[in-house]
Amino acid sequence: MRSLEEINDKIKSGKVVVVTAEEVVDMVKEQGVKKTARMVDVVTTGTFGPMCSSGIYFNIKQSTPKIKCGGGRVTVDGVAAYAGWAAADILLGCSAMTDEDPRNAVYPGLFKFGGAHVIQKLVSGEKVRVQVRTYGTDCYPRKEYDAELGLEDMNNAVLFDPRNAYQLYNVAVNLSERTIYTYMGVLKPRLGNANFATCGALSPLLNDPKLRTLGIGTRIFLGGGEGYVVWPGTQHVAEPERDEKGLPLTPSATLAVIGDLKGMKERYLRAASIAGYGSSLSVGLGIPLPVVDEEVIAYAAVTDQDITFPVVDYSEAYPLGRPGALGRVSMAQLMSGSVEVDGKKLPTGGLASRARGREVALLLKERIAQGTFLLTRPSAALPGAELAPGL
Amino acid sequence: MVKKKLVLSFPPRLTQQPVTYDLIRKFDLQVNILRARVVPRERGRIVMELKGSAKDIKAGLEYLEEQGVQVDPMVQEMRHYSDKCVQCTACTAMCPTDALTIEPVSREIIFEPSHCIMCESCIAACSYGAMESQF
Repeated sequence: MRSLEEINDKIKSGKVVVVTAEEVVDMVKEQGVKKTARMVDVVTTGTFGPMCSSGIYFNIKQSTPKIKCGGGRVTVDGVAAYAGWAAADILLGCSAMTDEDPRNAVYPGLFKFGGAHVIQKLVSGEKVRVQVRTYGTDCYPRKEYDAELGLEDMNNAVLFDPRNAYQLYNVAVNLSERTIYTYMGVLKPRLGNANFATCGALSPLLNDPKLRTLGIGTRIFLGGGEGYVVWPGTQHVAEPERDEKGLPLTPSATLAVIGDLKGMKERYLRAASIAGYGSSLSVGLGIPLPVVDEEVIAYAAVTDQDITFPVVDYSEAYPLGRPGALGRVSMAQLMSGSVEVDGKKLPTGGLASRARGREVALLLKERIAQGTFLLTRPSAALPGAELAPGL
Repeated sequence: MVKKKLVLSFPPRLTQQPVTYDLIRKFDLQVNILRARVVPRERGRIVMELKGSAKDIKAGLEYLEEQGVQVDPMVQEMRHYSDKCVQCTACTAMCPTDALTIEPVSREIIFEPSHCIMCESCIAACSYGAMESQF
């Protein structure tokens, strides 16, 4: 139909036609798959929500005398960081906490300040306090380091998320007699509410359910800046069960992503203090889908009515690892404000923000239309996937 | 008929005074207590909805002030900070009175303070500190 090179040429000449994954739904309804595929070059997707498997690594400029962080102990604003490699590389996960934080000793814990909050401070332009205590060597004699550093003071600062952009996620409910505090939010007893964590028909991996157009090396919108898919995410499932439209029914794809933290924005990288659970990072992530054949459009035309999620009890089934769901509900039902589970009507609450996911998709669309974001050809498919023949 | 949602704060010496009873008996007002925190020897607070004629409400409020009860409108008590809110909608599932709802097209949060009964369920549900109570 059209090659990736042709799409990029159109982007450079300003003639590219880009629509979001929400906009493409109506186009296909009105004009069909074939016509839409002829008109549209790129479909942009977007999501925004807590992605706990997120973190940063950064490299500090050496002081005189030099210091070897590796093997020592490092905190950033009091939050425990990891420095178990060379002299000046420091890794900070979004869920890390300060030693003083009571965590859930005072239940439910508030988790007011963790790694995610440090990351948000950095992207908002604030400085953070890096403290190192280590042993001295002949080549790195210094044993202590204490400095206020901003992103501009670091040699490198990189967002690296081993598992983001879940293709399919559970809808969480609580069958027990007490309120529970989970990464899926506060769940009221006796099926008091149902929480979901997805952008549905706008979600990146639900618009290309078989991962035909993206893979290792795909350039993406990440945290307001640019990033890349670098690997399958941890817990990636290559061959999930699928429905007749190719949508996954069981746990499926995830992505490992990376990007320059220095180009990112606070609006799309937000610290979340999840009551009773921990600190997490909400990431804005968008993937452009090149329309190399009609199938790309057929899949991207997925609607909120099509997508269904398993309803899982988070009071027992989830923590004890018991299989089985309480049924399935569609994204459209979840967005209506209530779903029916076990004959009871439950109010629904989101963890992912459709409004901000839409912002991501629109911003990515704008960048492509303005010629500042070019598409990349994946260097390899993700496990279980086969790239579209045109790629 | 006028309806008013108010926050009453009163000094410890007034905890023995049946102000609610007086509002009903002397001023013919319908009193609906939405929330209260009355602890011995501490400043007490009651969130209530008053219903009655404009004249009776005015007289009732004057009586409260004479007694030394501070009366504030409830609007400022619960705040939704739209700059902190990411529109995730987790709060809407917790809100029992639809004070927090979702605009169906934009999927953004609408906070209607007049529906709020200050149960504070939304505070724990919000991971971004976008809901704050002054109660």
